[in-house]
Amino acid sequence: MSTAVTTPQEASANSLIAGQLPKYTPWATLLVSLGIAAGLLNSVGHFSITAVALSGIALFLVGMFALSSAVEGIRKAKDRLARQMVSLFFLVALIPLISLIAGVAVRGSERLDGKFFSYSMRNIVGEGGGAIHAVYGTLIITGIATLVSVPIGMLSAIFLVEYGRNGRLARSITFFVDVMTGIPSIVAGLFAYTVFSILFGPGTKTGLAGAAALSVLMIPTVVRSTEEMLRLVSNDLRESAYALGVPKWRTVLKVVLPTSIAGIITGMILAIARVIGETAPLLVTAGLTSSLNTNPINGPMTTLPVFVYYSYVTPGIPQEPYYARAWAGALTLILIVMGLNLIGRLVAWRFAPKSR
Amino acid sequence: MSKRIETKNLDIYYGKFHAVQNVNMTIEPRSVTAFIGSSGCGKSTVLRALNRMHEVINGAYVKGEVLLDGVNLYDKKVDPVRVRRQVGMVFQKPNPFPTMSIKENVLAGVRLNNARISGKQADELVESSLKGANLWNEVKDRLDNPGSGLSGGQQQRLVIARAIAVSPEVILMDEPCSALDPISTLAVEDLIQVLRDKYTVVIVTHNMQQAARVSDVTAFFNLEAQGKPGQLIEMGPTDKIFSNPEEKSTEDYITGRFG
Ligand SMILES: Nc1ncnc2c1ncn2[C@@H]1O[C@H](COP(=O)(O)OP(=O)(O)OP(=O)(O)O)[C@@H](O)[C@H]1O
Ligand SMILES: [Mg+2]
Repeated sequence: MSTAVTTPQEASANSLIAGQLPKYTPWATLLVSLGIAAGLLNSVGHFSITAVALSGIALFLVGMFALSSAVEGIRKAKDRLARQMVSLFFLVALIPLISLIAGVAVRGSERLDGKFFSYSMRNIVGEGGGAIHAVYGTLIITGIATLVSVPIGMLSAIFLVEYGRNGRLARSITFFVDVMTGIPSIVAGLFAYTVFSILFGPGTKTGLAGAAALSVLMIPTVVRSTEEMLRLVSNDLRESAYALGVPKWRTVLKVVLPTSIAGIITGMILAIARVIGETAPLLVTAGLTSSLNTNPINGPMTTLPVFVYYSYVTPGIPQEPYYARAWAGALTLILIVMGLNLIGRLVAWRFAPKSR
Repeated sequence: MSKRIETKNLDIYYGKFHAVQNVNMTIEPRSVTAFIGSSGCGKSTVLRALNRMHEVINGAYVKGEVLLDGVNLYDKKVDPVRVRRQVGMVFQKPNPFPTMSIKENVLAGVRLNNARISGKQADELVESSLKGANLWNEVKDRLDNPGSGLSGGQQQRLVIARAIAVSPEVILMDEPCSALDPISTLAVEDLIQVLRDKYTVVIVTHNMQQAARVSDVTAFFNLEAQGKPGQLIEMGPTDKIFSNPEEKSTEDYITGRFG
């Protein structure tokens, strides 16, 4: 401790130089704390990884606070404590995320092979088979829902922000959009199911009906996120364009939208990610099939979440291949969402305002 | 080219708040008019009422008339977009469009309106506008860099270039030099002298010397009391306002006794 540590007495000689703990102190303290915790718990016979980790971390926080306030002063000690708490909670938030992704990756990769992406479940019992029908179903149904929801949602948001002027119409739309963001997804499914039953006869199950149900869920999210992004665009920019004699619609199209496009795209990706994992509304609207169907207006269509759900709740005999396919389906879904996120980020980065 | 502006019984409101009261004035073509007065007395507000930018703010409205060569801008039949094409504006804070390069910013008024312009014409317009705003030498090698990457003073000159690129009849400037160094300020003042030959220029400034240097006519605004609407106290030839004003409050302001 003697070489690298400046004591408070020395430090006070020059008010700009504070005492400083060497860089490795936190790690050393952490190791020592964990060691003490393990030793203590072992001697009383309550040894377990969780208990050691929890008490070790508590010891570490207390120990670092004491060390730091002795050497570096109370302000630094508080700063360290706050920073350690923030990092700790960040790590805690990461635990479920990482364990989920790791779990799905490990169990899903077993069946994530060429066959999985080239076979449907038609005439398959037990081993083999794949989910190509579900991959197509997910892409087609979510794709249609996106094509419908994005223009409707964006235009509504533009109306609300740029033309609504906070009038009664705009306020009531905002209110109903807020209400719609909260409707349970199964209600959207039943709504779409009813509409399609009335239009095309009872019991109709098609991909289009599924897309309709997803659109009901997507539109409010798109409206809300686009609205927030448009509101972030500073009024100075709109005014600068007006002052150049640019009409309002062109200002919106060429100044406001390009400025906020990155955020709007992010909002859309989030909206897609929200609906791509829906199961219940698709069960009632798009139904279930074990063969490949790429026609959204005729016949049932299976999506990945529905495929996963059915493989798990009604496995055949033997069960193992069904479970393996379910995990592979879940992993595929996560990969699709990740891919979408990457594309979204790329597009957003491409269009974002830059200053260099 | 340039046009006369007249206001008649102009009252300006922000919702319930009465910001400016009963302004009557005439701004002659081919002249530079300076608006002076203490902070918050409504100079920017009056300026924005001259090209119908005031109504852009939610709940804001205007009573009375603003005549541009005899045509009332607030007539129901008048299109605010056409007004703004003739009456350009430079704001207090520089605000280049963040998604556009320097060159695109200068051309924004032309391009955003989808006017067809050949590459050669565009280059000439960019060069002449940037030269007019004394920015050309600093940016001529990086016209394709983003406009928001410039320094504050450079951005201000960029937006001046942007405003003159659409060759309006009237140019309104709201404290255009508040972010500029003395050399750029001089450049902008020289620019104003050049603009005077062709345009009607109105400039808001807190800098008395600047008002005295560049303007032909000076208008002094003031608040009767805090919370009361702002008023036009006195307007006249700059020499007279600065040497021999009619109103006591004008003299007090100019000699620095308040405000
Ligand atoms: N957007 C707004 N909403 C409500 N009131 C406003 C708004 N903008 C300005 N005001 C009010 O109108 C009055 C006049 O403001 P204005 O901006 O015209 O002052 P100014 O003379 O330009 O001041 P400065 O010299 O500080 O720029 C002030 O009392 C101000 O609080
Ligand atoms: Mg102002």
